[in-house]
Order: sequence, then C-alpha cells, then structure tokens
Amino acid sequence: MIIKDVLCPFCGCLCDDLAVKVENNKVVDIMHACKIGESKIRGHDRIKAPMMRDNKNSEFREVSYDEAINESARILANSRRPLLYGWASGLCEMMKKGVLLTEEVGGIIDNTASVCHGPSALGVHEKGLPTGTLGQFANRADVVVFWGCNPVHAHPRHMGRYSVFNKGFFTNKGRRSRKVVVFDVRKTDTANLADEYVQVNPGEDYMVLSALRAIVAGRVDVVPDTVGGISREKLVEVAETLKGAKFGIVYFGMGLTQSRGKYKNIDNAVSLVTELNAHGKHSIIPMRGHYNVTGFGNVCAWETGFVNAVDMSRGYPYYNPGETCSNDLLMREEIDAAFIIAGDAGAHFPAQSIARMGKVPVINIDPFHSATTEMANIVIPTKVSGVELEGTAYRMDGVSLRMRKLVDVDFPSDEEVLDKIIAKVREIKGASS
Amino acid sequence: MSEMLIKNATVYDPINGVNGDLMDIAVKDGKIVDSVGNSAQTIDAGGRLVYPGGVDAHTHIAGSKVNVGRIMRPEDSRTGIKPRTAITRPYTGYTVPNVYAMGYRYAEMGYTTAFEAAIPIMKARHTHEELEEIPIIDKGGLTLFGSNWMVMDAIREDDQDRLAAYVAWGLLASRGWGVKVVNPGGGEAWGFGKNVSGLDDPVPNFEVTPRQIIRNLAEVNEKMNLPHSIHLHCNNLGVPGNYETTLASFDICKDIKSRRDRQSLHVTHVMFNSLGGNHWGDFVSKTDVIADYLNKNDFLTIDMGQMIFGSATTMTADGPVQYRNSTTFKARWGNGDVELEDVSGVTPLYYSPQVYFYGVMWAMGLELALLTKDPWKVLLTTDHPNGGPYENYPEAMTLLMSKKKREEAIAKITEKAYDRWHITGIERELDWYDIAIKTRAAHAKVLGLVEQGKGHLGTGADADIAIYDIKPDETDATIEYDKVKAGFRRSAYTIKGGEVVARDGTITATPKGRTFWVRTTVDNDGYGRMMDDLKFKFRNYYSVNMGNYMVQNEYVEHPVVLETEYQ
Repeated sequence: MIIKDVLCPFCGCLCDDLAVKVENNKVVDIMHACKIGESKIRGHDRIKAPMMRDNKNSEFREVSYDEAINESARILANSRRPLLYGWASGLCEMMKKGVLLTEEVGGIIDNTASVCHGPSALGVHEKGLPTGTLGQFANRADVVVFWGCNPVHAHPRHMGRYSVFNKGFFTNKGRRSRKVVVFDVRKTDTANLADEYVQVNPGEDYMVLSALRAIVAGRVDVVPDTVGGISREKLVEVAETLKGAKFGIVYFGMGLTQSRGKYKNIDNAVSLVTELNAHGKHSIIPMRGHYNVTGFGNVCAWETGFVNAVDMSRGYPYYNPGETCSNDLLMREEIDAAFIIAGDAGAHFPAQSIARMGKVPVINIDPFHSATTEMANIVIPTKVSGVELEGTAYRMDGVSLRMRKLVDVDFPSDEEVLDKIIAKVREIKGASS
Repeated sequence: MSEMLIKNATVYDPINGVNGDLMDIAVKDGKIVDSVGNSAQTIDAGGRLVYPGGVDAHTHIAGSKVNVGRIMRPEDSRTGIKPRTAITRPYTGYTVPNVYAMGYRYAEMGYTTAFEAAIPIMKARHTHEELEEIPIIDKGGLTLFGSNWMVMDAIREDDQDRLAAYVAWGLLASRGWGVKVVNPGGGEAWGFGKNVSGLDDPVPNFEVTPRQIIRNLAEVNEKMNLPHSIHLHCNNLGVPGNYETTLASFDICKDIKSRRDRQSLHVTHVMFNSLGGNHWGDFVSKTDVIADYLNKNDFLTIDMGQMIFGSATTMTADGPVQYRNSTTFKARWGNGDVELEDVSGVTPLYYSPQVYFYGVMWAMGLELALLTKDPWKVLLTTDHPNGGPYENYPEAMTLLMSKKKREEAIAKITEKAYDRWHITGIERELDWYDIAIKTRAAHAKVLGLVEQGKGHLGTGADADIAIYDIKPDETDATIEYDKVKAGFRRSAYTIKGGEVVARDGTITATPKGRTFWVRTTVDNDGYGRMMDDLKFKFRNYYSVNMGNYMVQNEYVEHPVVLETEYQ
C-alpha cells in the first residue's frame, strides 16, 4: 500500500507531498522526502518500554506505564517550580494538554523556541511581522534573501519547493525568475547557490541592517566606508537590489536570532522589511526548525495569550522572557523538577542549565533515546507523531495541516500519557487539599 | 429529560413580536417548549428583563490574525486577567482575549452565539481549532472569497456555474457559513503592494473589477440559496470620501432578489466606510447620506462597527489599510498574505477622544444606528476588536438608549470634532425592544439563523436565554444608563441550550458549543470545470497538496450542517 500526501515530521517546511509504501504495518519505502526526513520517518534508537531509576548514575529498570505515569505525577504534584519543556516535535493536540498540566501543577511551560527563534517573538512584540504563506513567496518573490540560515542543510527541500528553484505563477522561469542573496558569516552551501553572497563579520548583523535601512531611507551619507566587514558600495548595491524588487522575501535563521544583538537584530530586520514596502512588496519569515514548533507558539498563544515561557505559578499566565524562560529558571536554580517532552533539552541547553537538571528529577517523554534520556529519572516512550499517530502541526508560515498515520503500534500517544498524568495530579492534589 | 421554567419574565422577543410581556418560559432538553412538568427547575425572574441569548454576526474571535494579535501584543494579554477556578481556565487579554476568556465574556453578557467574520480557506483549520476551544457559545464563520484566483478566473471567463461550484467547495473546505468579501480585488493587488482604487479599477493581472466580483458573488449566493447574503467589507475603507464608493457598492446589489426572508446584501462596519471630505483635513461624517439610502431601500442591512475609546487591535483581510495604518501611526504591523486567496493585516491602535477624527468616527457608528429608522437594518457591533472589544457592547447599547449619556460622552471629545458630525442633533433614544433587535434578533435574521433556533424564544427555538438584573418597568434607561450598562455587562442568568452557564456574571458551567456550516450541492457541468481548474492550481501554484487542504471532520466536533442546492 502506498500512502500519498504524507507530511514529514522533520523540519518547519512540513512538506506534505511524501509517498510512503507500507507493507505488513511496516514502512518499506519513502518517496520525495529529504534524507533527514526519511531518517525521521524510519526512526532509530527507539525506547521499547517505560523506565525508571532513583539515582541518575544507576541503570534504568523497565517499569509499567502506570508506575512511570504515577511517579511522574507524584513528582510534578509535589514540585514547587516544575519546568515543562520541549513540545516542538509533537502535535497540537498534546500541546493543549501540556498547557493544562502546567496549570494544574503551577509550573512553567516553555518550548524549544526558547533557544532558537524565541528572540524572533520578542522582535515581533517590538515591530510586528509582515509575512505570508510560503506559496505567496513561491509565486511572487523575485528577490530572495537568506540571512543567517542555511536551508541546504537545515531545511533541505526549502529551496526546491518554496523559495529558489521551483516555478510559480509570476516566477515561471524558476531559478531564473529570482535573484538570490545570502548574508552569512561563512560561505555556506546555500551561499554557494546564491547570486550574491555578502559576508558579515560575526556579531555585526545589526550594524549591517542599520546601514541598509539608512541607504533605503536615502541617507547613504551617514554610512561609513565599511560596515560589518562589507564595503559601502556593496551595501548600496544590495540595497538597490532590494528596492528594485517587485516582491522581496527575507528568510532568516539562528545566525540572526542567536548572535550578538539577538531580538534587536530581528527588530531591525523587520524594520528594514517594513520600510522596503514603500518601494515594492516585501515580507520576512523565520526559518522554523522542528516541524511543529510553530504549532506550539500558536497553541500557547490562544490558550494563554502568550507565545512561550509562560509561568502558571500564580494561577494565571505570566510571561516575562529573561525571567520565565527555561534557562533563566535553570541557571537561577529555581527549577526543582523537569518534564521534557518532544524536545531535547539535554542536547541544546548550556552547561549551567544542564548542571541544574542533573540535580533535580527529570521526566522524559519521547519515542527515541536522546541526550535528555541520559539525565532522566523516568522515561516514557510514546507514539511517533505523524508516523504512528495523526494530528495537527503548523508549518513555519503558520499554515495548519493534519499529519497522517502510516502504521499502527502499541505505544500510547503523548496525549494519552498527559491525560493520565493530569488525572493523577488532580487525585494527589485533591487528596492533599 | 432536563426541564426548566423561567417565571415572571419581562420578555422582549422581537422575532415573535413579544414586547415586554410578563410571561413564563418553558425549557425542555435544550429547546423552548410550551409547557413543562411540576418537577422542572424553576427560576423566578421577578419581572426582570429577559432576552433571547445574544447573537454576534460580525466579530473576529478565532484564527490566524487573532493569534497574530496575541503574539504581537503581550501587553494586551497582561490585562483582563482572571486566575483559573474549579470551573474556568484563566482569562487573559482585552482586545485579543485567549480562547477561554473569549467564550466566558460573551456568556457573562448573555451572548450565546458568535460568528467569526473572516476565514481564509487555507487557514480555516486554524480558525476551527480555536473555535473548538472557545467554551460555551455556538459559532460559525464567514469564508473569504473576494480576492481568490479561482473566483476571479471564473468571473473573467463569465462562468457562474464554475464560480458557484468553487464557492460551494470553499465553504466545505473551510466549514464556512457564508460568503465574505473584503476589499474585493484589493487582496490580490496587495500581493504586489498595490490596491484597487474603486469599483471599476481592474485587478492587476486578473482583468476583473471589484464591481464584477461583488455582483457575481451576490448572484451566485442567491442561486446557492445560502442562509446568509454576501457579507461585504467595501473598497476604500478608512479613506475620506469613501461614502461614495459605499453607496455605489450598495447599488450593485439593488436589483438582486433574495431567495430567503432576509437582505440580499449585508455591508459590514459601515462606520469606517461613511467618510466624507477629500482628506483628513476636511473629513466629515456622511452617515446621514448612508442612513437615507437605508431608509429608502429594503434589500440591504449593515452593522455599525462602533468605535470604543481606548485600546483596539485592528485586524482585517484589508491588507493595504493596515500597512497605511501602521505607517501613519508608527504602529506595529503584522501582515499575513495567503497564497492565491487573500491577505490580512494586524495593527494595534489607540482611539483617543482628543483626536478629532476618532471623535467623529465614534459618533458615526451611533449616527448610523440612530438615523436609520428601521432597527432591523443596523446591527450593533464593534467589529471586535477593530472598533473595540465586544465586552463594550453594553456601553454601545446604553449610548443608543440615552441622549444624556451621549451628551456626557461628547463633552469629553475634542471640540474639533463638533462641526463634522450629526450626533448632536439626534434626539432618538432606543428602547428595550430596539436593543433586543439590534443585539440578537436582527443578527439571527441577517445570518439566516432564525430557522436554526437562534435569536428568538418561540417554541422549538434553542433555549439560549439571557436574564438581566434590570426591571424594565422601573428603570429609565435614558437616565439610569450606568445601572443598565452594569446589568447588560453581567447577566443575572445566561442559559445556553437549557443549561445555566453564568450567574451574576460568573461562569457556572462550560459546555462545548456547536459550529454551523453550509454544504451546497452544485450538480452541473460547472463542477467539473471548477475541479479541473482547482487541480491545475494545486499542482502548479499552491504550496499545499490538495489532499491535505480541506478541513477534516476532526476539527468540527459538534457540527450543525445546513444543506442547500444550487439552481
């Protein structure tokens, strides 16, 4: 049996054109996916059963789901400052339950954007975001900018499906319909495919953006001879390319969000794009990583009013990034229990945060073994969303799609595990109050 | 078999012609019935005011642009906060409440039905995810068709059967209730940063005019026998002098015969489209001309789009307007183009009574309602959250009921507004019956929801009932407007589907609401031609596969589906 229109559970491109051959409830062939997507669907290092250990240095022992769930609930219910982190590689249905569980235990819910595109959200608070769907850019954009992102490796089908090589209504010559400009600190494989590569000194993106804004505003006279390692002449040339676009699109990545300047870079980039709309149509969009990290931001916003880093300890949502993000809390050693689901804190958090996680009970809900598993006390394996379970995910441009189920397995879903933990937490809290 | 009896109710039920009669209302299994047994739960209204549950025909409560507002405005979500209780989830937000506050606040005011006014088909799944999470109230939504390539291509090729087939498919794909047309053609032009300037300005690259889009969609709407008429947001919104475009837009549909007992055109938030003058310097209110048209014609209804002073989050599929707003007021700008379909924009604004054009616009919404004689023709809305949040409906109701309250408000508005409006000369004060029309009965009639049991208390209607702590016989709303406003803000009882969901402004139960949508059968060659065109567009231009595009049943858990046929 070949299942068509399959969605890929890897990156924010959320490609929905895969075809997967399934025989005897096993995936035997995957068509149209990139190598990483194919690998994600096939899976590896699967955790076979729930496991627990008291001491993080001891070996895990296999336990029943009930035991692991009850102990998780006990830890969360008795914690004063639990962190519930991850969420990005799961479905919206379980994210809603995650917000509810956070309310029940008075914890903090935060997602992987905290160490990725979180600063983009702060940029949006400052300036908004002129954006659109990927098909709008595919059909119209004649100038394409990649800034601090490398889709050749991180979003392998992006340039073929949405941004560079594909043909669209007003871009019917494909690659030849577009001028591609890459801003990056190093000459990446994406830069190798560009018409124009602009090398920015590390940490000086903000200045380059400011210089471009000055030139677009007609104030080339205030721009020094070189900015961020780029000559004024070059900057003028690029600014003219941008101003000359009928439709310009800026795709940006962590080279902009996580380098010096952080959210101020995004503020400046959004400002540049907004100002360019005096000349043509211009849009900007973050290149989101996990296939449903955008979904978390949406679910969290409609449930709580805030996009991430929401502290429920007051009985209502409180949001103050810098205070309520995972690493703020871990580094201040406030967190006394960590619930990590559909994201890998162990692999991506700084050492000081990891040190705190080493000292507190860690519950890890994930189908696969990860760095977080190594520091967990309880591990609960679940279904692989989009392969073994259907449900909702949001593409990087905010288009919501329904992921398909390809095979049946006996594992519970994330949502089922969360439901049981919520019920148990209520039981414990009800008994103690 | 749950039964309820509301005794001693002073009932205003305009659809059934009940005007302040003291009577009992019987409820059984969620519906209004003629009588119930002795064991029924009894509520003694004690002569207090009883309305059918409120219906909101135009509000922005769910979907991408609402969430963009939340994400852009954490400062808004930091207001309106209420902690969770044993029954309720936390409330956040004022102009862009979270999904829970959205439903609770409607219910606290005695509103039990609200329709989202703009669903882009491609993002309809998101809209329904939020609608499903909004507790208590019944819902539905209007689907955007005004700048859609499928629509414009069918119109250019003069193929109305194909157009109808697409509208039917789009309503199914988005689980929509009606046809929304926003700045027709302008959305496509905004794809390249342009706009259309008027009804006869052709859409770039598509060679159709806004006039053709409005006319064809209005004709097709009637041939499809849809419950609601087309729902139009006119071109040139917010541009001084736009009242002429608005009048000309009305005229396009003047000779279109409605197949149902309702208007053949609904024009929304007309306050924003009744501007006179050539620029903001000589801008004046032209609501008198608009109201005059309404007084002379019966094919048309409008809603106010009342402005509420204070914070607003403007959000609309009128993309160019929002770019203009953000640049004029140096405000944040969220833009959201949707491939092949439409655009949208989100911009926070602050309406100050000391800014003369806001002062005039505040008056204009009221003028439209007061200068139009027939209360059924003008619905009370704030175009939430564009004119202001819906929680201010009681403020708007009492402004309509009391000249004294209006005078008090006018005194706080800059004098620069005074010679540009008509409000000071208006004596009219609406009564309890008028308000019942403008906040529930007419909304249900305009949307085609009366047959679905909304907006009235006749036998068989949904038992959606609001009891307000106001005794109409003893209350002079023209003077005691503060008391009336407080009464409307927090119902004594809100009953939804026969269940008490709020008491004295506090939520007591949170059942899930239903979602209304329409399925139209188009059984002719046009369907095949439409599918050929649609498949071509998906293959070549959409970034989503057709097999993944349509909203699945999982996203509408409690649907009410109305079937119609294209003729």
